[in-house]
Amino acid sequence: MTDLETLDSADQGAIEDEDLAAIREGSLGSDAWRELRRRPLFWICITIIAVLLAMAAFPQLFTSLDPEAQDQRNGLMFPSREHWFGTDLFGRDVYANVIYGARVSIVIAFVVTTFCAIIALIFGSLAGYYGGWIDSIISRITDVWFAIPGVLGSIVMLQMFETRNIATLSLALIVFSWTTMLRLTRSAVLAVKHADYIDSARALGATDFRIIWRHILPNALTPLLVYMAIFFGVVIAAEATLTFIGVGLQKPSISWGLIISDSRARIQTHPYLLLFPGAILSMAVFAFILLGDLLRDAFDPRQR
Amino acid sequence: MDPLLVVDDLHVEFRTDDGVVRAVNGLSYMVDRRETVAILGESGSGKSVSAQAIMGLIASPPGFITKGSVRFEGRELLTMAEDERRKVRGADIAMVFQDALSALNPVFSVGWQISEMFRKHRGASKKEAKKSAVELMELVEIPDATNRYRSFPHEFSGGMRQRVMIAMALALDPDVLIADEPTTALDVTVQAQVMQLLENVQAEFGMGLVLITHDLGVVAEQADRVVVMYAGRAMEKGTIDEIFDQPHHPYTEGLMNSIPRLDDLNERLNPIRGNPPDLLRIPSGCAFRPRCPYQQPDCAEVEPTLEFVGDSGRSTACHHWRDAFGE
Repeated sequence: MTDLETLDSADQGAIEDEDLAAIREGSLGSDAWRELRRRPLFWICITIIAVLLAMAAFPQLFTSLDPEAQDQRNGLMFPSREHWFGTDLFGRDVYANVIYGARVSIVIAFVVTTFCAIIALIFGSLAGYYGGWIDSIISRITDVWFAIPGVLGSIVMLQMFETRNIATLSLALIVFSWTTMLRLTRSAVLAVKHADYIDSARALGATDFRIIWRHILPNALTPLLVYMAIFFGVVIAAEATLTFIGVGLQKPSISWGLIISDSRARIQTHPYLLLFPGAILSMAVFAFILLGDLLRDAFDPRQR
Repeated sequence: MDPLLVVDDLHVEFRTDDGVVRAVNGLSYMVDRRETVAILGESGSGKSVSAQAIMGLIASPPGFITKGSVRFEGRELLTMAEDERRKVRGADIAMVFQDALSALNPVFSVGWQISEMFRKHRGASKKEAKKSAVELMELVEIPDATNRYRSFPHEFSGGMRQRVMIAMALALDPDVLIADEPTTALDVTVQAQVMQLLENVQAEFGMGLVLITHDLGVVAEQADRVVVMYAGRAMEKGTIDEIFDQPHHPYTEGLMNSIPRLDDLNERLNPIRGNPPDLLRIPSGCAFRPRCPYQQPDCAEVEPTLEFVGDSGRSTACHHWRDAFGE
């Protein structure tokens, strides 16, 4: 036995020193982080997103002008040193409007993404984990719902509301877009469900809730996280689209969709009215979708 | 007093699209405190499925326990409500899996996983649970336990991971520990250490140990009694010395003969002819018949049942053991 013990510690030491670097690579999370950290695109995304979040939280930091202050004598001015993005018909500063417009986009995208993820986590994991009739009911409802065209559904639903604000717009988007996340979560849970550590946890007396919450979800979350980043960008675009065609937010709200909608009549004479808010909107959508793509690549070793 | 764990005439089948796979067909054995029973068999012999049936881990469908009983301290487990059954797992009967890397959750530290047992089942505070977990890690001889508490499963070597699994299984002080091929995924030297550890903790905790393995070497060192399984049936049962000194079943004899001998390097390996049976189509009569050197016409007709050999409690399921192996 003494021999064995010496062997044990010697063997142990050898493994520790030699293979520690190799062994550490096994962790998906740290591996993904190392992969992301050295990609410039990732840092560009993060910077854009950080600026957007700062705009949404503290617009005063970016402009001292009041977005609603009218100055009719200085209406429709081209970009200048005083008005970086020019002014609109009523002389309001377009730059200030764009800055203040970030808040509703971010809030709606956050609310919609969060609620869809919660629905997906609860029902997707129930369907994936329990299978059988629970899965049949949840999956069939999801399939049927999935077949409804989302934008059309949202338009029809929004037309039934008398007042349209952040809450109703978010609701209309949630109702027609939770399905993809649920399907993703369900299939991720299905993939993890048969892992040995699930059996092992059950063999040591874990409850179903504990198995789902502590053992399945943390291991099945990656595809959902990736999709959430992409979805965040998609919701920003969807909010602007619905607002632009007139079923989304209404004045006096300040939103990118509304600014772009206002610019419609003067696109030929004053293109900057569309150009700047349009560019910011596209950049925001682009940053989130790109972040999702980068996350997916980083988490999927086969893509490398 | 009731024996600790009794498995009686257990039948498990899996209903698949291709037909019914009869994985366990009438397995019986018992384990008492401080006793080690080895379930010996090749892959597909039903040894792991029988363990999963005892733990209640068989997914149904497709798996069904069609017959038999499993009693822990006299309480029937198979008909027990799932809520009660869950309390038996871990606290009364715990299980160690073959591949500790896949049997540990990759996203939590090993210390967290061990201490979770104390927090969830014993209601211990975070601090108490951590202290108990570190003690347990020291008990299973993980060096530098306080620092290793924070390490993740992939940062451990195979042998150390298996120690973590054993620590988790021991956390609630179970009366029966089922070890399903605990050393199969390990190097030979590490195997010996893990087996030694199991022996030590068994002596310390006084539990009954069910050792599931295909490795005759593991059985030889550790077991008090052996159940030799083939095609979901027990072929022979006896004490370790009886089985090793004189097998009384052609299959056991075949297993013994197929061990490579270190003292005669020129000898060719002497494997059992043929393949294990397809569990969808188990041969009629004796399942081992097609591979048996002693087979007789009646072997195809009547399935042999375990009959006693002598009066020591040893038994064999062979019609012709008297002719083949003598009294």
